[in-house]
Amino acid sequence: MEFQFDNNSPIYLQLIQKIKIAIASGEFKPGEKLPAVRELAMESKINPNTVQRALFQLEEEKLIFTQRTNGKYITENEQKLKELRNELASNLLNEFTVKMQQLGFSKQEILELIKREEK
Amino acid sequence: MSTIITCEHVNKEYGKKKALKDVNLSIENGRIIGLLGSNGSGKTTLIKLINGLLVPTSGEVLILGSKPGVESKKIISYLPERTYLPNNETIEQVIQYFSDFYFNFNVEKAYQLLEKLKINPKDKLSTLSKGTKEKVQLVLVMSREADVYILDEPIGGVDPVARDYILSLILDNFKEGATLIISTHLIADIEKILDDVIFIHEGKIILQSSADELRMQYKGSIENAFKEVFKNV
Repeated sequence: MEFQFDNNSPIYLQLIQKIKIAIASGEFKPGEKLPAVRELAMESKINPNTVQRALFQLEEEKLIFTQRTNGKYITENEQKLKELRNELASNLLNEFTVKMQQLGFSKQEILELIKREEK
Repeated sequence: MSTIITCEHVNKEYGKKKALKDVNLSIENGRIIGLLGSNGSGKTTLIKLINGLLVPTSGEVLILGSKPGVESKKIISYLPERTYLPNNETIEQVIQYFSDFYFNFNVEKAYQLLEKLKINPKDKLSTLSKGTKEKVQLVLVMSREADVYILDEPIGGVDPVARDYILSLILDNFKEGATLIISTHLIADIEKILDDVIFIHEGKIILQSSADELRMQYKGSIENAFKEVFKNV
């Protein structure tokens, strides 16, 4: 697993976001073991401390858990996974709506456009 | 985490020229720190003081509570800005010197890294290009199992493609839990790997911060923050 980062926002936040997407999209499966901190750091060419910080926050959010000394695993809690997908979707929707509104579309018009795209 | 290096009111003068002005710093164990400043800002002077190659005009540099000396040289692996390797010897011979000189030098690792970089250990140093010489020197420094690595402009002489490679070499090989100080003016190339940054300008420490906090504060890259900060100096 190799992640790409840009210099313009905090790396640990970018990493959190990328791992969340990997979990939501099923690239990391529920119950799957995460690569070790050092491995993740080396593959993505970032600092192990940064990886540590990102994983700490993901653990706080209960999306991953530590099994003794055995490493970190993706949660199997379906409720959590559902919440994660909803969170990511709502972020995307938000971003999309804001951009569309900048182009001058009202919410109503945006809805109509989406319906038309479906056909 | 504990403090490994402190500078208290450090001044360094070369004759009338003030190279460092009242530098106060505290560097935590286990972090990767970027010492960032333009040419002539005092980076190399500060690094030489930490390594005990210079003594401060006033003030104090402490490594784990003691002045730089034999003990601190055991735990600090230092890559100087300029190469000091003997030209008429082979890489193999230099590796032998290092392993005689440093108890924590890992010979096996040095040969492995050379092989990865496709450098022939039987080559004489005088036959190597500037970039290759720098790589050899970095291999020697990273093959020590040290507590602190201080790298003065490690990517200055290599081309942009090799830079990424050099950075991975540094990241993959520094001992877990060790402290890494990298000085450079090429900020964009190394900023992804930094925990903390120190901005130095005309001998003064302008700022010491966590890299990610700074990105948040300035809503952009460290390089961008650096330019913003120095607009107002």
